[in-house]
Amino acid sequence: MPLDANLDPRTHVFKVVGTRPLRPDGVDKVTGRAKFGADANAPGMLVGKILRSPHPHARIRAIHTAKAAKLPGVKAIVTREDFPNSVDASLRDVHYNVMAREKALYDGHAVAAVAATSAAIARKALKLIEVDYEILPHVTDVDEAMKPGAPILHSDMITEGVEPAPTKPSNIAGRHEFGHGDPEEGFKQADHVIERVFKTEATHQGYIEPHACLASVGSDGTGELWVCTQGHFMVRDTCAALLGMDVSRLRVTASEIGGGFGGKTTVFIEPVALALSRKAGRPVKLVMSREEVFRASGPTSSTSMTVKIGVTKGGRITGAFAELRFQGGAFTGSPVVLGAMSAFACYDLEHVKVVGYDVVTNRPKQAAYRAPGAPMVAFAVESVLDELANKIRMDPIELRLKNAAKEGTRSSYGPKYNRIGLIDCLEAARKHPHYKAPLGPNQGRGVSAGFWFNFGGQTCVSLNVNIDGTVALVVGTPDIGGSRASMCLMAAEELGIPYDKVRAIVADTGSLGYNDISEGSRVTFSTGLATISAARDAVAKLCARAAKIWGIPADAVTWENGHAKPSGPNAGNFEPLSLEDLAKKAAKTGGPIAGHYEVNADGAGVSFAVHLADAELDRETGRVQIKRYTVVQDAGKAIHPSYVEGQFQGGAAQGIGWAINEEYIYGKDGRLQNPGFLDYRVPVASDLPMIDTVIVEVPNPGHPYGVRGVGETSIVPPLAAIANAVSAAAGVRMTQLPMSAPRVLKTMDEAKRGSRRR
Amino acid sequence: MPQVRVSTTINGDAVSYLCEVDETLLDVLRDRLGLTGSKEGCGTGDCGACSVTLDGRLVCSCLVLGAEAEGREIRTVEGIATGDTLHPLQQKFLEFAALQCGICTPGFLVAAKALLEKKPDPTESEIRFGLAGNLCRCTGYDKIVRAVQAAAAEMRKG
Repeated sequence: MPLDANLDPRTHVFKVVGTRPLRPDGVDKVTGRAKFGADANAPGMLVGKILRSPHPHARIRAIHTAKAAKLPGVKAIVTREDFPNSVDASLRDVHYNVMAREKALYDGHAVAAVAATSAAIARKALKLIEVDYEILPHVTDVDEAMKPGAPILHSDMITEGVEPAPTKPSNIAGRHEFGHGDPEEGFKQADHVIERVFKTEATHQGYIEPHACLASVGSDGTGELWVCTQGHFMVRDTCAALLGMDVSRLRVTASEIGGGFGGKTTVFIEPVALALSRKAGRPVKLVMSREEVFRASGPTSSTSMTVKIGVTKGGRITGAFAELRFQGGAFTGSPVVLGAMSAFACYDLEHVKVVGYDVVTNRPKQAAYRAPGAPMVAFAVESVLDELANKIRMDPIELRLKNAAKEGTRSSYGPKYNRIGLIDCLEAARKHPHYKAPLGPNQGRGVSAGFWFNFGGQTCVSLNVNIDGTVALVVGTPDIGGSRASMCLMAAEELGIPYDKVRAIVADTGSLGYNDISEGSRVTFSTGLATISAARDAVAKLCARAAKIWGIPADAVTWENGHAKPSGPNAGNFEPLSLEDLAKKAAKTGGPIAGHYEVNADGAGVSFAVHLADAELDRETGRVQIKRYTVVQDAGKAIHPSYVEGQFQGGAAQGIGWAINEEYIYGKDGRLQNPGFLDYRVPVASDLPMIDTVIVEVPNPGHPYGVRGVGETSIVPPLAAIANAVSAAAGVRMTQLPMSAPRVLKTMDEAKRGSRRR
Repeated sequence: MPQVRVSTTINGDAVSYLCEVDETLLDVLRDRLGLTGSKEGCGTGDCGACSVTLDGRLVCSCLVLGAEAEGREIRTVEGIATGDTLHPLQQKFLEFAALQCGICTPGFLVAAKALLEKKPDPTESEIRFGLAGNLCRCTGYDKIVRAVQAAAAEMRKG
């Protein structure tokens, strides 16, 4: 959908797009004024707390709340009885996850909640609630959960995507297959075939702000909700359905959001807070503790994967196969489908097949985590490619270049690619000084490519011209990484006015049409596209006002550098009118001037990245340190390059944590053993080097300026790049994440013993 | 539960409040005094989002009791700027795009200010270790370290 076929982003000279102005929300955020989820209060506010199952799998025979209800200061208690069971089938899992029904399905599953006049009273009340549990056998490992005889979570779960349909329930929710050709045929043509099994542990998005909200429902059934979320329209619609409210009766305002990375794309505490408020008739603030965030929000899947790839001596991939086994927690919906679709998306292949299994276990229901499903699969695929490159003694970038997807390639998941930038990224990485720099002792270098789809979706923007010629830009996608700055840049570019004359706000759900969640790297693309279109709509109206003033036809007016001008000598000779002039005269020329645009945006444009990692290995302890790191990624067009770099660096850092440190550790009792930042260790400043970035710009034909989403692709390559670097340093292939010191040491010891035996 | 009366100084102003004996300084700042710039990311002293200084010493306010502030001097993120003039650290955080979501920013600013007061010319490594008690999940720290370096250089110029 090229909105302006005349604008070629490769040659067009932008005025403000591509500059690095200060962000509009910046001063509030460096002075402590910015209001996040837990920063709002209301008169008469109560404190909400949630009682959570200590058991990974248990039937809930009864919940006794009478004692708790009698405690002075307790104003409301809710359990499963307070959520009507007639909600839409598509929301059933969300409903049962928000408040357990017949069974508690994981350690941390909500079973009841209280609202009280103080946190201390609420905590005391939780202890007075008696839950009668019948403890059931549990399973938390994906391979164990798939075995016959494993404890079954859902007695009605019949695997989808298998013909004929199984007759018995299992923990396998679905089987999914993608690809074309016949990999077995491909392997016959190969000189070398390598097959390996990989495992990754579940990780958490690790946003620093715990889930928080302030709910207020009146006796007339209308409600207000203040919440940190990536999608307040989704929160509104979901909560209204779960509580049996009309959508129009609930207004949701998105607070500033302290990180999400996909983890705030669903609801956990919000319906509970609303139910408590409705019952108590008072506002209720509900904030998760960090322990609750780990136990009961949505980490990503742990995985078990088999990858088999064949190549010729000349470096041509002849066949590729992967079987992916993802556990997505207690309910269906692991990101195995996206993982399977992305597995071989970087390459132009004749014979490729990917099979994915979506498996349930007694763990919290997973939520999206930055490029959901792709990083783990890239770890497996790019590790095998690295090993094959070593085998045929070919430079790993050269091997990837020989097989790289390009415009016209039929992707492994179906569609043919439009203009894409993988080759540009590979070549930029090969040219980068990092790639040629000498390595120190015990150091290894790893390379990996990565792919992400990028989303579009439903988007709605209003652009209001103020009386002084400044502009209020109204968007509905929460700003999770500086998007208000990018939107102001794009509006200013279109209108031909300075950046600081535009102010963007994220409107509440009552003030703007529906917007999909800020996810899938979609905001700069879709909200940007809608902003540009809304600005063009406003420009058309501004031109019409000028035409009216001049008494000439509207199509005889053009817009240039923030001014309406007669389009040529035939149109007449009039002094140009600035946006400010037209804004001042608005009341006399037809009233307020505003531009709007609504779209279900298509054409997001896939993106690729190539990462280079240097790892240093301590052979005594197995400790791995990242000494140098470079991200090369196609942004299509960088609107605000500083925040593009920030996305590159942030994704890399999360990937480094995933590769080396981070993991959900479950005990035999099925309880999470490390629900805190002390034992679930995310990278700190002293763990990381500077992270170098190269912004490649291969314009996306689906966006007027060529924008591609940049938020997620950056977390796809790090797992593999680091595993390849550590494998090179250790002299043994690393097939399990995280590469924590004990695991690396054990892998090296086993390899040593193995070679001695031979 | 009995309450204690506490008289203290916050960002240069005399403040007194009543608090529960087991209430943290962070809860007092946020819930009783409306100073919500300090954030609770973990409540266990692992993330540094609640960093304040107590008599000039950097602490996690979630690990200090409100009652312990008696007669002490507390500084929070709300006290870093002077009137409408941002501190060089605040200015450089903006210029270097050293924040994305901004939830960790108050803690980083308080910690960085405490670091630069002790070490006006820190090396990159000293900055990284000096800020290792503060978690940022968005930036990968690169731009934060550069912002602190730039602010330090500007502050040395005076």
